[in-house]
Amino acid sequence: MAVTKRRESHPGEPYGLSDVDLIEMYRLVALARAVDERMWILNRAGRIPFVISGQGHEGAQVGIAWPLRRGHDWIAPFYRSIATCLTFGMSPRDIMTAQYATAADPSSGGRQMPGHYGSPAHNIVSVSSPVATQLLHAVGIALAAKIRRTGQVALTTMGEGSSNQGDVHEGLNFAAIHKLPFVFVVENNGYAISVPAAMQLSVADVADRAAGYGIPGVVVDGADVLACYAASRDAVARARAGDGPTLIEAKVTRLTAHSSDDQQTKYRSAEELVAERGHDALPRFREELREAGVLTDETEARLAAEIKAAVDDATEYAETQPDPDPATATRYVYAETSEGSGASAPSEASR
Amino acid sequence: MASKTFIDAIRETLADEMRRDPSVIVLGEDVGKKGGVFLATDGLWAEFGEDRVIDTPLTESMIVGTSIGAAVNGLRPVCEIQFADFIFPAFNQIVSEAARMRYRSNNGYGVPMTIRAPYGGGVHGALYHSQSVEAFFTHVPGLKVVVPSTPYDAKGLLRSSIRDPDPVIFFEHKKMYRSVRGDVPDTDYTVPLGRAAITHPGTQLTVVAYGLMAHYALEAADRVAEEGISVEVVDLRTLRPLDTETLLDSVRKTGKCLIVYEDNRFGGYGAEVAAIVAEEAFDYLDGPITRVAGPDVPGVPYNHVLEEWFMVNPEKIADGIRALAAY
Repeated sequence: MAVTKRRESHPGEPYGLSDVDLIEMYRLVALARAVDERMWILNRAGRIPFVISGQGHEGAQVGIAWPLRRGHDWIAPFYRSIATCLTFGMSPRDIMTAQYATAADPSSGGRQMPGHYGSPAHNIVSVSSPVATQLLHAVGIALAAKIRRTGQVALTTMGEGSSNQGDVHEGLNFAAIHKLPFVFVVENNGYAISVPAAMQLSVADVADRAAGYGIPGVVVDGADVLACYAASRDAVARARAGDGPTLIEAKVTRLTAHSSDDQQTKYRSAEELVAERGHDALPRFREELREAGVLTDETEARLAAEIKAAVDDATEYAETQPDPDPATATRYVYAETSEGSGASAPSEASR
Repeated sequence: MASKTFIDAIRETLADEMRRDPSVIVLGEDVGKKGGVFLATDGLWAEFGEDRVIDTPLTESMIVGTSIGAAVNGLRPVCEIQFADFIFPAFNQIVSEAARMRYRSNNGYGVPMTIRAPYGGGVHGALYHSQSVEAFFTHVPGLKVVVPSTPYDAKGLLRSSIRDPDPVIFFEHKKMYRSVRGDVPDTDYTVPLGRAAITHPGTQLTVVAYGLMAHYALEAADRVAEEGISVEVVDLRTLRPLDTETLLDSVRKTGKCLIVYEDNRFGGYGAEVAAIVAEEAFDYLDGPITRVAGPDVPGVPYNHVLEEWFMVNPEKIADGIRALAAY
């Protein structure tokens, strides 16, 4: 009989999460951070031209994506959604080939800037740069799920800056009217590039706005992975039961500048940046799991080695992948095989 | 073969396609019980129910953006923008999202969606119920833009649009809804996208037109025929992809090209047609490429005298033909 170590507590138990679940969730948070940190190193080393980061959002992203059914439900993410995409099935290689914009980049084949992830294989909708447009796509996916009775839930996520766009109002209103299986996540890191929340929002919490649509608005600590999980689990259950959308606002932090082209010390004080480190889900989740005896020295060492190997592998893989062939740059403006009779006459293909 | 109005052809096609393919849905403002402000969707709500015929709030961006998502998840939405003049709140979703989805995802996602929008003036609609907005969209790779002129083409092209794997904007000239009739077979025929039609063969001059202007071009061609001018009318039917072959074949034959469009002249769709003809048929031209188009004011004015001043009509086209023919 195996000897079990005396356990202080079982942090997953109230949530129905096993230790295996918790360790995997922790691995994803740590993996997303490691991939992200590598991106910055590669940028500063001149290997990749641009980085847009998810550091400070990872705990919320993993906790919120966890209750969704991979390969069945849908996510319309945004440019900070590295941990979301990893949780939903994309690999470190998938993320890293996007940074290098190689032909093997599954998000866009090197056509889009890094951070514009997408994967049909994992029901992750392609990201664009105009913000908040993806909310309507997720609402449409949820509408199709309802009409086709697929049982799918669609979740979209964006920053609080994006949440001010008109598409958010139009989409939440429609999703609420039709009780669509939809979850709206706001990852509130307090800044829209340089503009602080106080100048973006007339209310304390984006979640306050949910009342205007007659839907629940939940504020959750984005550094508390399990609280994020619980909020998402409830919202997903509500959506799947036909009770309509939920707005989840996760209060996260932005540990990096907006992007590699931004200098955040121009608009954030040194004291603030130090304080933000205290609101990071990664060390907090690690301590929580260590104190509970879920994460042992041995497990942590194994995970660290695995993560380093995965990031090294992804970097080396992406480094060696070829650029897209310019001869392919005219492909996929339109479908290349016609469905039905709507085909274009071949002679006009270039027009 | 039954003679039908333009709008009857559209309504029947929507119903046919919804019967044929359960993934086809219709959404827009007043498209349900009311059947649309022009009655283009009349009867669909009763036959197909509120799941597939959805009355939306007054939110054009939502109508298009949600259709994009629904298309990504297995449906073929046909959304209606009540007037083409109101399509601009959806411009970002159409141009940044629908048009670019396939390209930016390297063929990962496509958007099989049709956007129907009544356009055009001559109906006392003033600045905001009269516009021709096609040029904003023909500029964008990834979109297909269709402007039928006959009930036959409306049916065949709408079928092709709904069945197409990419986003199609389907502009219907509202003045033609009940004023234009034509024979429409009961068969499941289609008219392929990207094929123009020679609707009036001639030898001396090519008139290129689409939508209501394709009818006015025919009237003008008849008028000048009495004066001994033989005009060939090319009805483009699809603006993008453009059937350059039919266009250039006609111009190479006649040696002269007049382009007619109702939209503002400057930077209108006809400017692109002129550029293509200039680049690819210059050696065949016996005169300048000319245009008869709407004046460059910000909209069609309401007062009937002002509206008549704005609108291109058969006589203005005939004048343009005479001037070019005399060159």
